[in-house]
Amino acid sequence: MIGIDRLSLDIYGMEILKGVTFEMRAGEVFGLVGESGSGKSMTALSLMQLLPQGARTSGAARLDGRDLLTLSERDMCGLRGNDIGMIFQEPMTALNPVRSIGDQVAETLRIHGAAGRREALDLAREKLDRVGLSQIDLDRFPHELSGGQRQRVCIATAIALRPRLLIADEPTTALDVTTQAQILTLLRDLVDDEDMALLLITHDLAVVADMADHIGVMQRGVLVEHGATDVVLREQRHPYTRSLFEASRHQPTRRSAPHGQALLEVRQATREYPGPRKGVRRGPPVKAVNQVSLTLHEGESLGLVGESGCGKSTLTRAILGLDPIQGGGIRAFGNAVSPTMPHAMRAGIQVVFQDPYGSFNPRWKVEHLVAEPFHLISDKPQASERREQVGRALEEVGLSASDMEKYPHEFSGGQRQRIAIARALITNPRILVLDEAVSALDVSIRAQILDLLADLQTRLDLSYLFISHDLTVVRAITDRVLVMKSGEIVEEGATETVFDSPGHPYTQALLAAAPRLPAFSRKES
Amino acid sequence: MLRQTEPTCRGDAIALSLAPIGIRNHGDTQSSPARSTSLWPSRAPPSNVAPMLRFILGRLVSLGLSLIAASLVIFVVIEVVPGDPAAFMLGLNANEETVQALREDLGLTGSKVSRYITWITGLVQGDFGTSYTYRVPVSELILQRLWVSLPLAGFALILSTLIAFPIGLIAASKRGTAADYSIMGGTQLGIAVPNFWFAMLLVLVFAVNLRWFNAGGFPGWEAPGAALKSLLLPAVALALPQAAILARVMRSALIETMGQDYIRTARAKGLTRRQVTLRHALRNALIPVLTIIGLQFSFLLAGAIIIENVFFLPGLGRLIFQGITQRDLVVVESVTMLLVFAVILVTFLVDIAYALADPRLRRRS
Repeated sequence: MIGIDRLSLDIYGMEILKGVTFEMRAGEVFGLVGESGSGKSMTALSLMQLLPQGARTSGAARLDGRDLLTLSERDMCGLRGNDIGMIFQEPMTALNPVRSIGDQVAETLRIHGAAGRREALDLAREKLDRVGLSQIDLDRFPHELSGGQRQRVCIATAIALRPRLLIADEPTTALDVTTQAQILTLLRDLVDDEDMALLLITHDLAVVADMADHIGVMQRGVLVEHGATDVVLREQRHPYTRSLFEASRHQPTRRSAPHGQALLEVRQATREYPGPRKGVRRGPPVKAVNQVSLTLHEGESLGLVGESGCGKSTLTRAILGLDPIQGGGIRAFGNAVSPTMPHAMRAGIQVVFQDPYGSFNPRWKVEHLVAEPFHLISDKPQASERREQVGRALEEVGLSASDMEKYPHEFSGGQRQRIAIARALITNPRILVLDEAVSALDVSIRAQILDLLADLQTRLDLSYLFISHDLTVVRAITDRVLVMKSGEIVEEGATETVFDSPGHPYTQALLAAAPRLPAFSRKES
Repeated sequence: MLRQTEPTCRGDAIALSLAPIGIRNHGDTQSSPARSTSLWPSRAPPSNVAPMLRFILGRLVSLGLSLIAASLVIFVVIEVVPGDPAAFMLGLNANEETVQALREDLGLTGSKVSRYITWITGLVQGDFGTSYTYRVPVSELILQRLWVSLPLAGFALILSTLIAFPIGLIAASKRGTAADYSIMGGTQLGIAVPNFWFAMLLVLVFAVNLRWFNAGGFPGWEAPGAALKSLLLPAVALALPQAAILARVMRSALIETMGQDYIRTARAKGLTRRQVTLRHALRNALIPVLTIIGLQFSFLLAGAIIIENVFFLPGLGRLIFQGITQRDLVVVESVTMLLVFAVILVTFLVDIAYALADPRLRRRS
């Protein structure tokens, strides 16, 4: 039904896609997998003819015999939303904030002349019911909805006219695992009910393994392999497919083990926010972290998992001594942690954040960036020694000392995360807090960073507090794990035990929702 | 305490119960009556009118407070000015009796508190005092001038908006083309040229050479047609630089909005570029534009003094200027208070316009 034939694309002369060829059939899910920059999204945007300026395509993309690449903009406008629907990665920003959701779903119907104003709103109601939002009124605005709900609105918008093809570009990447599982189920149901084709674009092999009938693997603009899901997963004929697999289930070699005494102790910590206003008075305070206790030992790697809003970040900020706590206590190296703690203590606990792009001042050189935590140290090193130490820290994380002369934009995402680690290491800390530190990275880069972290832990005798929503990663790198929900720790134990036989229903739900790579593809392990 | 057994909608139950407490999900509370026991406060059933009214009420309270604060500041400033206002107004060579008489006249005897209260009650009742130089009630003076300044400012604002919106739209949607560059060049010129020079140019061309308009003066509103006609040239002179600024703001706000994710979503629905711009981008780009419009109106009301002089218009700007040169503090004080009121009122209206344009602003107060 949809045939893409030798699709090539260049943008201002730069080759983006090279001869991509595959087919999709109604009622089937085609999973397009690849790392960032591999051209997955550009393939989708080529089908929609919504490419950036300077783009030139060749080849053909046929939908029921019509070549989308040769259609006029006018014809494409009639086709988009009607024959091809598309949803995007970031549901938080994908909806117009100033228009009600009913209005936005109805717009698809009205723009294609499928219904009048009233009728379109009735149909919008129907579509929102279909995607599981029957309790949400049409006149709600996007900011009143959660991420999962917004993604459902986007789906309702995209399927309002029962398109032949639905393109979903990383539809669940920004969502929690349980929400992700629900959205994926919804998409699968829609494909079966409406008999449309779904092009599912994702970087997560496990997602397509669960969902797709066919898989295509992309690397640097080339579709290196495609075929039926089980065949591709079992045979892994192309080396890149194999390396993707290995990277996504990568298990770093860890030689470090917990030893000695507790470095960090959190006892019954409670963090409250003022309650919402009710008229003049305020409601009862909201407990973002409620009586949480945890202990981190020397050389230990402690995982903290939970979905967005569970209080992980609030707890992290308290542990870093950035926010005060209202109850209980936090002690590190035998002293109390608080926003007023001495600099020397801060030097002992350092942090690496998720976003390797946003956490650097773009106008500073790497030397300046990495040397910044030196202000925590009482006897600051001289300029020459400072450079030496920065150089050593950079080499420690696998970069070269000469990189200190460069600016952050000259590095890739993975390299920047290495710089962030170097910056955290410069004060010789004993505890490293890794707040979603590998979540934004491609699987192969993620595997490298995990190796680096495992290696650093052994060499520098570091203790890690590893905060993540990604269960696979936590399983790979931690000794013990804590599961957090609504501000409380609901389960705690050795990582293997918790993952193999979860005790709390919430942990069970989390693990069940997480997409898994099927066992048969575990060929060489 | 956050546990909910009743799923709010098929699917997202778990995600909902995990959402940031009280921050992101305040809207979800209405979705299920079964959640009255939940942590979030229950709210009135969803309606887009109630939050709007609540918002307006909140803004009105802050408007009142700002006015009181402003009146206090103005009063105190006049009070702390060194020396005696009456003596100051009369100049160095005035004799003692005249000063004393004026002091009585101005109500400068009595305690400060009672004088403030007298002044404020007077203002509220429309009694602004009597002008020293003109010997007529200030309210009368202001009212006459307001009938020139207010229409002029409104006229100029409408003109500048009418010019700026389409120009900004065209420049933004044809970004990087010759049309964009020439529009941007034109607006640069519009900002650079002083408006009084432009006003004189207008007089020269349309009044002196073509003789389509009078070179100045104001006939009064008894003849509305002639009055409007006499305001046209000054309004154009005022509007053009404002339009140039507004168009640039419009363009950059639109360009930024056009890069947003929801624009891409709208395009994927099948909207043409033009439809996307008009239906989705425009309203989102309005906030910075409204801010500028609000600032411009406040400026136009009193800042038109040079243009008023070029065209011999009896406006507020000239009134306050004359008040200052003739040391008629009563007039200065009252006009200042009036302008403060106007600025605060415009800010209030702009706030309401914000909330109309963007529903996210309505829930706060």
